Amino acid sequence: MSLEVDQGEFFGLLGPNGAGKTTLINVIAGLARADAGTARVMGADVLADYRRARRMLGVVPQELVFDPFFSVRETLRLQSGYYGIRGNDGWIDEVMQHLDLTAKADVNMRALSGGMKRRVLVAQALVHKPPVIILDEPTAGVDVELRQGLWQFVRRLNRDGHTIVLTTHYLEEAEQHCNRIAMLKSGRIVALDSTRNLLGRLPGLELRLRLDRGELPEDFPARLVSRDGTRFVLKLDDCRRLEAALARLREAGLEVLEIELQPPDLEDVFMRLTGRGT
Amino acid sequence: MMVGLRTLFEKEVLRFAKVSVQTVAAPVLTAVLYLIVFAYALEGRAQAYPGVAYSAFLVPGLVMMSVLQNAFANSSSSLVQSKITGNIVFVLLPPISYLQFFCAYVLAAVVRGVLVGAGVLVATAWFVELRLAAPLWAVAFALVGAGLLGALGVLAGIISDKIDQLAAFQNFVIVPASFLSGVFYSIHSLPPLWLRLSHANPFFYMIDGFRYGFFGVSDFAPGASFAVVGASFIAVSLATLLLLKSGYKLRH
Repeated sequence: MSLEVDQGEFFGLLGPNGAGKTTLINVIAGLARADAGTARVMGADVLADYRRARRMLGVVPQELVFDPFFSVRETLRLQSGYYGIRGNDGWIDEVMQHLDLTAKADVNMRALSGGMKRRVLVAQALVHKPPVIILDEPTAGVDVELRQGLWQFVRRLNRDGHTIVLTTHYLEEAEQHCNRIAMLKSGRIVALDSTRNLLGRLPGLELRLRLDRGELPEDFPARLVSRDGTRFVLKLDDCRRLEAALARLREAGLEVLEIELQPPDLEDVFMRLTGRGT
Repeated sequence: MMVGLRTLFEKEVLRFAKVSVQTVAAPVLTAVLYLIVFAYALEGRAQAYPGVAYSAFLVPGLVMMSVLQNAFANSSSSLVQSKITGNIVFVLLPPISYLQFFCAYVLAAVVRGVLVGAGVLVATAWFVELRLAAPLWAVAFALVGAGLLGALGVLAGIISDKIDQLAAFQNFVIVPASFLSGVFYSIHSLPPLWLRLSHANPFFYMIDGFRYGFFGVSDFAPGASFAVVGASFIAVSLATLLLLKSGYKLRH
């Protein structure tokens, strides 16, 4: 695969399990060696110039890992030291404050909940203020409140100029935050485009109707997807067919009791491109 | 560049210091128990060197055995635990070179080994009268011996994926090699075959050389012993560094 993420982007890496997202991240982070090819972080080769590449990079790993010997503050001080930074308490305090960790600063890692441990992982990735941040499934198993707080913080980092690369199973998160998305399947890129363009790839809208009777008129200008009594799920080729569909219902003397119109979402595109949907 | 090494070293020292009852006090107690049991059973019946009481002969051997076993235990168990729990990633992501990685783990292993050895020496000094004929030799053998076992611990930690693999290495290699190295006897009291086998055991040279520092008497010339220990340290270090450089079992 060939892939370039621009500086300052909020980039999404999507794909089913086994697509190669984490392998790709591991190659970039130096945790795995690629069989062939090269990877660079801000121009620094991850093997030949690994020191510079790793200094530029902050990675939030997918697994909820921690060192049970240390408190939150000790963990963050040690992590700073690994990046060659001493006396980093000012920034550590700031990161802890943004991630709502201040009250837990002196608590041992073992005593933290899963959500709190996830926050510490994010904090560890940020101790050296890396210009590029990779978040591998950062909200897996995280409650709604933390998820909101985390996204606010990550978006702020992005606004401040940090490049964000995100993998997530929550497609609505990718849709909401990412400017550009690569969809992976079996180690290959099946789509690489802006989120807007990807969403535009699937023409049509989903029309949900509840009628007063259980029959659609003949030659109805929308394709029937499913039906449950007087409730119909239909597919419209484009927005302009909506008026024709409503007119056809009026002509047939049918009354619309409920109506809902939905544009395609990233999940539809994802399912289509990864061959999981129809 | 050195901050990364220093921090990893400090982390490794903090790791065992936080559980010092288990990592320092317990091995000191074990060594004291060895001294009490063996000295009681064999005092007066065995004499390794003329004019040296058996219990006095035993102490340097027990000190050095504790140094070596604990140096090995520190680096190997830390690495295997980090691999199993996955937190090794915190050390693999930063710009720490494989040489810094090696030095930090080995130096921390030396610190624990020497600390436990000093603890055993202090605790057993109550029971026996010791002299220090050539203290610099004792210090040199303790440091290089701990370094060798610390490096061997890194090697075993890289290769082992599970605690039981490491335990097998410890129980079937480290413990027999240290027990059969002349800690409890002078190898000159052994039959010829066992004497020759003892000469193939690097632990013998470490124990014998360390003991020379106390009594000025040894089974083998201290300079030659030191050459064997130093060469072993270099060989194990090079093998470990090669594995670290290749990323074997660490960077997949």
